[in-house]
Amino acid sequence: MAVLIYTENYDGKFKKSSYELVSYGTEIANQQGTEAVAVTIGNVEEAVLKELGNYGAKKAVKVLNDELKDFSAQAYTAAIEQVAKNNSADVIIFGNNPSGRAIAPRLAVRMNAGLVAGAVAAPSSLSPFTVKKRAYSGKAFADVVVNSDIKVITLSQNSYKIVEKSTYIEVEDFKAEISEGAYAVKPIEVVKSSGKLSVTDADILVSAGRGLKAADNWGMIEEMADILGAGISCSRPVSDLGWRPHDEHVGQTGKVVAPNLYIAIGISGAVQHLAGVNGSKIIVCINTDADAPFFEAADYGIVGDAFEVVPKLNEAFKKFIQES
Amino acid sequence: MKALICIGHVPDTTSKVKFTDEDTKFDTTDIQYIVGPYEELALTRLLDLKDAGTDMHITAVNVGSVETEATLRKALAMGADEAIRINAEPTDAAFVAKQIAEVFKKGEYDVVVTGKESIDYNGGQTEGMIAEFLGLPSVSGASLFEIDGDKVKLEQEIEGGKQVLEASFPFVVSAGKGFAVEPRIPNMRGIMMARRKSLEVVEPVDQNNMTEVIKHYLPEAKPECKLVSPDNVEELVRLLHEEAKAI
Repeated sequence: MAVLIYTENYDGKFKKSSYELVSYGTEIANQQGTEAVAVTIGNVEEAVLKELGNYGAKKAVKVLNDELKDFSAQAYTAAIEQVAKNNSADVIIFGNNPSGRAIAPRLAVRMNAGLVAGAVAAPSSLSPFTVKKRAYSGKAFADVVVNSDIKVITLSQNSYKIVEKSTYIEVEDFKAEISEGAYAVKPIEVVKSSGKLSVTDADILVSAGRGLKAADNWGMIEEMADILGAGISCSRPVSDLGWRPHDEHVGQTGKVVAPNLYIAIGISGAVQHLAGVNGSKIIVCINTDADAPFFEAADYGIVGDAFEVVPKLNEAFKKFIQES
Repeated sequence: MKALICIGHVPDTTSKVKFTDEDTKFDTTDIQYIVGPYEELALTRLLDLKDAGTDMHITAVNVGSVETEATLRKALAMGADEAIRINAEPTDAAFVAKQIAEVFKKGEYDVVVTGKESIDYNGGQTEGMIAEFLGLPSVSGASLFEIDGDKVKLEQEIEGGKQVLEASFPFVVSAGKGFAVEPRIPNMRGIMMARRKSLEVVEPVDQNNMTEVIKHYLPEAKPECKLVSPDNVEELVRLLHEEAKAI
C-alpha cells in the first residue's frame, strides 16, 4: 500500500503547492503506516525530484512519455493509473487545481474509488475513512466518508501546512502505455500567462473593485502588489467592464482563492465575491461604506476613500519593508 | 447536433446555510432553488449557438426528486428543447454521473455539457466521471466553445495559462467563466412555452455510493472586524505584522 501524490511540475520546477501536497500525503501515509510516493509527468532533473524527499516522499516517479508533453485529462489519467497500480496506491492525492480537478474524477471511476474534492484537512478517521471538505462555496464544511478501498482526494490550496521531513528518496523513471485515442481532444496551442504571479499561487492578493472607478486608477493597486510581492485580483464587474483581465476575477464564477492575506479595496463584498475569497486566512477591507458586507467577513478594516488610504498605506508598507 | 446539458438544482447563492437532523442534512426551509450558475452559462452558450444558426437540439437533464422539476422548467423557459428527470435522490457524484452516462448512451447525443462545479458541494466531479463512464474525452472548465462544422474549438485553463483545443464529437465539457458572458433570463414567452415542452421522467440504474456526507459544520464565527482609522494606516501595518503575522 502507498499514498500516491500527483506533483505537477512547471517547466521542470515544483511550486510551493506541490510541497503542501507531499506534506499532506506523508501525513496520511504516517497515519496508515504506509509510504508516500510522488509522481510527476515530464522531464524534471533528479536534484529537483529529490527535493520532494524534504517533505517526506520516499519515492519520486517521473513519467517520461513524449506524447504527454501537452495536458490531456484522458492521457494523464491513464499514466497516473499505471503508476498507482505499480505502487499499490490506495490513496491518491491531487491539488484542487485545474489539472487535479480534470484528472481526479476520471481516475476515481477507473479505479472504482470514491473521491473527496476540495479537502481541507487530513482524514479525521481511517476507518471509516473520513475527510473534511469545503461545501456551499465556503459557507460550510462537510465530513465525507469514502466507502471504497481506493480513495482519491483533491486538496484545497493553502489548507495544509508544509512540513519539512528529511527523507531518503528513491527516483524512478517510468514509461506509461498511452493509447492513441487518449488525444481525441487535440491541443492546438498553449498560451502562458505573462510573468505575473497567478492569483491562485499568490500568498498575498491585492484585490480591487468598482470603487476604483476606472481602469486608469489601478496604478496604486499595482504599486501595493509590487511592494508586498503580491498578486492582483479583482471583482466580477471590474473584469466584465474590461478594466482588468478575466483571469484576475475572483469569486463564485471566477477563481476561488485562499491566500494568507487578501486585501479588498473598493469591493462591497457581494455573496458571490465572498464565496471565492472566504478561505483566505486574513482579510483586510478598505471601503468608503461602513455598512459594506465585506466588513463582516474581514479581520481588519479601514472605512475610508481608497484614493486617500491606498497611497498612504503604500508608503507605510514600503517603510515597514525597508525597516524589517 | 444533440446536446445533453446537466442542470444542477442548487440553493440560491444568497441562501443562509443551515442544517438539520444533527447536522446531517441541509435545511431546505425558506430556500429558493435555482439553476446552478455555471449551468446557466453553459445553457446560454448553447442557446446563443442555436440562435446563430447552429443546428442544435438541447436536452436538459437532472437527477432528482419531483421538486427539481421546477428547476428543469426554468431551463426549458430559458430555451432548452426538452427535459429529462432521472427519478432518484442524487447521493454522490459517481451516482449522478452514471445516470447521466446512461441517458447519453440511449439518446445518441453528440456532447454532454455540465457546469464547472455545483455551488452546494463544489465537487466539479461529474464531467470527468461521465466522460470516464462513457470512455469519451473531456475538457474541464472551458472558457470558450465555438463550433465550426464538425469541429469544436475550446479553451481550457491550465496552471500558468490556458490551452487551446480542438475536439470532434462526441465529448464531454464543463463550462467555466467565459463560456458565455451573461446568463440568459427567461422571458414571458419562454415561460409560457416551457409549460408545453416535454419533461420525461426515467428511472435510475444501479450504482454504488462511493462517498457519503455524514456531517456538516458552519465555519467558526469570525471575531468582529478591527477598524483602523484612515489617518493611522501604520497601525494596520503593525497589526498585520505583529498580530496576524500576515506580512
